[in-house]
Amino acid sequence: MPKLYTGAEIVFKCLEDQKVEHIFGYPGGAVLPIYDELKNHSSIKHILVRHEQGAGHAAEGYARSSGKPGVVLVTSGPGATNVVTALTDAYMDSVPLVCISGQVPTHLIGTDAFQECDTTGITRPCTKHNWLVKDINDLPRIMHEAFEVATTGRPGPVLVDIPKDIQFAKAKYFFPKKEKKIEIKNKNKFKQKDIDQLIELMNKASRPIFYTGGGVVNSGPKASELLRELVALTGFPITSTLQGLGSYPGDDNQFLGMLGMHGTYEANNAMHDCDLLINIGARFDDRITGKIDEFSPKSKKVHIDIDPSSINKIIKVDLAIVGDVADVIKSTTKTLKKKNLNLQKSNKQKISKWWQKIQKWRTKESLNFINSDKIIKPQHAVQRLYELTKNQDTFITTEVGQHQMWAAQHYKFNKPNRWMTSGGLGTMGYGLPAAVGVQVAHPKKLVIDVAGEASILMTMQEISTAIQYNLPIKIFILNNQYMGMVRQWQELLHEKNYSESYSEALPDFVKLAEAYGCVGIRAETPHELDDKIQEMIDIDKPVIFDCHVDQSENCFPMIPSGKPHNQMLLGPKDQEENKITGKGKALV
Amino acid sequence: MVKSKSAYSVPSKLGKLDTHIIVVWVDNEASVLSRVVGLFSGRGYNIESLAVAEVDQKENLSRITIVTTGTPQVIEQIVLQLKKLVPVHKVGNFKREDKNVIFKEMALFKIVANSVKIKKALNACKKYNPVILDQTNKSAVIQITALRREIDKMAKNLKSLGLISASRTGAVAMTRGAEVFN
Repeated sequence: MPKLYTGAEIVFKCLEDQKVEHIFGYPGGAVLPIYDELKNHSSIKHILVRHEQGAGHAAEGYARSSGKPGVVLVTSGPGATNVVTALTDAYMDSVPLVCISGQVPTHLIGTDAFQECDTTGITRPCTKHNWLVKDINDLPRIMHEAFEVATTGRPGPVLVDIPKDIQFAKAKYFFPKKEKKIEIKNKNKFKQKDIDQLIELMNKASRPIFYTGGGVVNSGPKASELLRELVALTGFPITSTLQGLGSYPGDDNQFLGMLGMHGTYEANNAMHDCDLLINIGARFDDRITGKIDEFSPKSKKVHIDIDPSSINKIIKVDLAIVGDVADVIKSTTKTLKKKNLNLQKSNKQKISKWWQKIQKWRTKESLNFINSDKIIKPQHAVQRLYELTKNQDTFITTEVGQHQMWAAQHYKFNKPNRWMTSGGLGTMGYGLPAAVGVQVAHPKKLVIDVAGEASILMTMQEISTAIQYNLPIKIFILNNQYMGMVRQWQELLHEKNYSESYSEALPDFVKLAEAYGCVGIRAETPHELDDKIQEMIDIDKPVIFDCHVDQSENCFPMIPSGKPHNQMLLGPKDQEENKITGKGKALV
Repeated sequence: MVKSKSAYSVPSKLGKLDTHIIVVWVDNEASVLSRVVGLFSGRGYNIESLAVAEVDQKENLSRITIVTTGTPQVIEQIVLQLKKLVPVHKVGNFKREDKNVIFKEMALFKIVANSVKIKKALNACKKYNPVILDQTNKSAVIQITALRREIDKMAKNLKSLGLISASRTGAVAMTRGAEVFN
């Protein structure tokens, strides 16, 4: 007779077979049998967080920076509801997470038992799929299926809810066969003729542009390499969404910078004026498109995505290619080479005109700001951070708001999986726990959370986790005492009525750092900034860096709401110049 | 134009709305219906009617028939989103005007009236395969199968003949001819 295992043992056998090394969690009544089993599995390290939301974001940071699924273990009721924000965040940004939650014993489900909630009901809209395990014999199949669903196709979070009696019950363990139905859902559906059609479009185009997104990162490091090859082969300009940063080198000449609401002038104008738009693994998010009716009006549009439902959802495209980004780019490059088409040479004349136009837009230098020698400008702080860390392999996470956009604009990424930010859901408080997860996955690397003082307070408690596990993460706070992005919108759109966006009674972050047992550093003037950043980098402990920056600085350039890409609001320098010409005209 | 204060774009004009019948083959497991219905409510799609039942006990398959309205783009999204759900095997999509598809709904009418009126009521239902399921000297339960609008009309017309209660199903659909939808 084959050996029988308890539910808790089966959970760990599955985790071992899935080669899971780290889980992020928080114990509680309904998961105690699983926690009891933890000691027998030395290959799996548990990271104890301080709040379940932190576990979720840490697992996201772990998954994004390593390419492996993040695993979360929480208890029933509040444990499960606390993780909902992180699951939704992962769902929006396509991050593979496997969340295991405890549940009250089967016979108590539906009786409003202590710490009971309808976990699968609550998490149904924010997971790719979820399971309530009602029969111990289903557990091995469900656990492996959970990993399969989370990591294949367009990745995303899943949840397995295991009642406490199931954790005690016994059954055989087996490694199930892959489900055919799921494989079919994730299959590449493109044909060679789609690729031929793409190449024909590329051949004809005189103003082409690549618009790449998080799909390239999710497709694996190979996809980024292939993308670089394709871009070099074609000579086309390339722009990236917030999530796609790093899949193409940020300091390369063919890269136009990020596009969208706070993207560069050249990237947005190129999107508006192009005649061929090739979307690779992006989803036409509303922060990208601006006004839909006037989005890239003159272009043929191609969309490459593994998720068929992303295609034609927002923007109707002329050519849809459903498949894994890496596979599609590979076929495209192969066909290009086979046909011996050197687009860069044959198209050179047409495209060089296009590049001239782009160069003209570039001279606007839309990311410029008026620096100061008295007060630290937040953009300057990010630029200095980049200059002082670019020589080592650095991982950046962010919270949400102005600092996030400044980090995206001024920090240049050269590799994928180095940039972890909450784009879709825009979760304040994402960055600190995400940095914890990144540091767990990459213990020797430099991990920095570029933060705002408002966001950081939402998940501040996780610094305690960093200290417990000696994770030397650096929290780089751009402290302007305001919810900066809210303040900016209020200034520009609500007649400077700064309703509830100023944080009174902020903590002393240096003392707070000391209270937690890590190091606090404060910078208040530009001339001390470099030394202090260097000091932060050199300390082999968690650091909270309180960088006091200009309170009234706004994040530019910006596409105001309801406006198309070619009507950007530029920075104060440009606005002043425009004002003068306006008056000048009136005089004439 | 009034300056928009929203962080979101203004809605563009709505396209033409079509009525479609969506047929979904799913694993007959716990909460599968709420996944399908939740997708509709969560993404703001309409459900005009819904019919669900197991159709294959051995394969454990249920068939869900949903009548919905939307622009062509929304209908396409509904189909693609449904296909992404893990328990979904296949999805069929038919226009209501499609001549190759049969749609039927069933209704039970309870008539409380004298025998003359009951006879009249039965006669009025003649076109819609009426079956008397129960009859007393002052009441009858009549079953009809018909299209939605026909049942609407009958329910209105039978009021004067003593209709006091109507129970209706959602639409079910089947293609004509020898072909099977795949």
